[in-house]
Amino acid sequence: MILDLSSSRDLLLALLPELVLTGWSLVLLLVVAWRHRTVGDLRLTGWVTLAALGSTAAAVWWLWWHTARAAPGPVPVMVAVDDFRFVTDWLFLGAAALTVLLSFDYLEREELLVPEYHVLIVFATLGMMLMGGGEDLMVIFLGLELLSVAVYVLAGINRESASGAEAAFKYFLLGAFASGFLLYGIALVYGATGTTGLRAIGAQIGAGGGGGGGTMLAIGLALLLIGFGFKIAAVPFHTWAPDVYDGSPTPVTAYMASGVKAAAFAALFRVLGEAFPAVAAWHQIVWWLAVATMVVGNLIALAQRTVKRMLAYSSVAHAGYLLVAVAAGPEPGSAAFLFYLVAYTLMTLGAFALLAAKGRHGERDVLIDDLAGLATRHPWLAFALAVCMLSLLGFPGTAGFIGKWYILAAATSAGQGVLATVLVLTSVISAGYYLPVIMAMYMKPEPFAEAHVGMRLGRLGYAVVMVSVAGLLFFGVRPNRLLDLAHTGGVGVQPAPGVPPAAPAVTAAHARTAR
Amino acid sequence: MTLTQIVFWTFSALAVLGAAMCITRRSPVASALWLVQTLFALAALFVVLDAQFVAVLQVLVYAGAIMVLFLFVIMLLNLGRPGPSDLKGPVGLAVATLLGGLLFFQLLRGATPSAAGTPAGDTMAQLQQEQGIVGAVARPLFSQYLIPFEITSVLLLAAIVGAVVLAKRKL
Repeated sequence: MILDLSSSRDLLLALLPELVLTGWSLVLLLVVAWRHRTVGDLRLTGWVTLAALGSTAAAVWWLWWHTARAAPGPVPVMVAVDDFRFVTDWLFLGAAALTVLLSFDYLEREELLVPEYHVLIVFATLGMMLMGGGEDLMVIFLGLELLSVAVYVLAGINRESASGAEAAFKYFLLGAFASGFLLYGIALVYGATGTTGLRAIGAQIGAGGGGGGGTMLAIGLALLLIGFGFKIAAVPFHTWAPDVYDGSPTPVTAYMASGVKAAAFAALFRVLGEAFPAVAAWHQIVWWLAVATMVVGNLIALAQRTVKRMLAYSSVAHAGYLLVAVAAGPEPGSAAFLFYLVAYTLMTLGAFALLAAKGRHGERDVLIDDLAGLATRHPWLAFALAVCMLSLLGFPGTAGFIGKWYILAAATSAGQGVLATVLVLTSVISAGYYLPVIMAMYMKPEPFAEAHVGMRLGRLGYAVVMVSVAGLLFFGVRPNRLLDLAHTGGVGVQPAPGVPPAAPAVTAAHARTAR
Repeated sequence: MTLTQIVFWTFSALAVLGAAMCITRRSPVASALWLVQTLFALAALFVVLDAQFVAVLQVLVYAGAIMVLFLFVIMLLNLGRPGPSDLKGPVGLAVATLLGGLLFFQLLRGATPSAAGTPAGDTMAQLQQEQGIVGAVARPLFSQYLIPFEITSVLLLAAIVGAVVLAKRKL
């Protein structure tokens, strides 16, 4: 289906998922205004949110099924109509739905009767979808702001908690700072090229070469990278992440570590792939960011004793692995990038869901040793947590392994052998903090008889854990379908035809292993 | 030196002076008032650039509405008294000056218009001849940039909901 974006009907069709979700957000606001007092009302808004996310996913599916594409024309495209957008949309909607499922029990247990929570989740998801699909720097920036504003509030939604307020405030100040960098970068890129459309920027750079705009463009690109670096928590812009992840309510942390990070990565990937394929400088910068993020994230994670902070630093380390895929470039990197993003989202959500189960007000200072003997008391929970940890480590048989494998393949085929080596070495280091969790659960005795009595997971929480664990194991053994999807999705962000593909042998190798 | 150049340099100097004073004053109220000077000087520069409509918006929105908001916040939080300086000693000052200067000179070097840098042929004056002063801003806003414009409304709604959630006395 070819959509002619200059006709308003086709434009509305192209924006169907976003429009559906916006409509639902207004419905949800009305529901909240009408019923906002009891636990039952909270559950009602939660189910309405799930319906909203489900119908939006169906709208995305409809566009995907009809292979909607924008007709080439003079009209500047604001939102891309390609498979990259559809795949990332599903990822964001899935992460949001799992977060909502996880939040039911958590909000009740912590007595957070704030139905606006769900409205903010919907707004944040809308922002993510705009970031993943934005074909223009303006749209990407507005999506980022929409996402950030909603998540700042979500981080501080528990107004009783001092650490929650600290997390929200820190996130807000540093996030606003990062947005400033991003906006300044966008302004300079606009000044150098005279446009904010990603493909148009790419065309301008390709046509003009270096020249006087070169310096301004380079500074603009550097500022863009700083802004995105803050949002994905890449070293050296990661300092906010552990405190914010630690202080926020656990479902919100899960959402931040999975969805928010995935959205920032998707936007970064699209911007670098579509607008700056001709600028060589960013490969070098991303290379250094990736190395620093992998090394520092993994080393500091080793020193953590509480599970939540350990997971926070581990998410910094995983940003480094994803940056390796970015550094490999869109041609070999995009499929590996999308696959790893899905696997990473599943394992992070699963791990945080299990952490949220560990007792009231307690999950902030759960030490790794506090999990001792969990396997005898709650064998299934221990098994699920073990699967998540093994997948984060990249153990064969889990989706994390396949994801890392494809990132390695992409990096080596792009000639980034050093990056691949660093990735393997830092993964070995990461065993030093993932394995103790499993050892504590399976090999150490319960410290005292009632150590795990408070630990319970509601039925919906179980559903979240089951979905993540099943997904991790399934994609770890049969990744083919997901890989095919990632391949078709990756095509969308590759440079326009005319730029010769880097290494055709790579795609053949991918296709062979995928069969 | 033509009249335009005289006007440009005068208001540029005023803008830079206002910005420098804004970040070095200890009293928040004084800082805010120096910021007003910078914003007015920028508005004058927009006029020099033939962008009268943007200049009017600059005065109305920034020098008017947003500054009043700043002063309200300063008043409500009772921040009127001079506090400790935010400047972080000579080392921080030196690093900041170095980095800022580097950025400035790089930009100065890169600011010469290039072949890649000029948008396709239409100058400000031409645009205004065809569409009028307001039309040159309004037309792109409601055609080319319609989608970002609409997203802004959702962004504002999200901000309102968030502010109410955080500030409401009883939930």
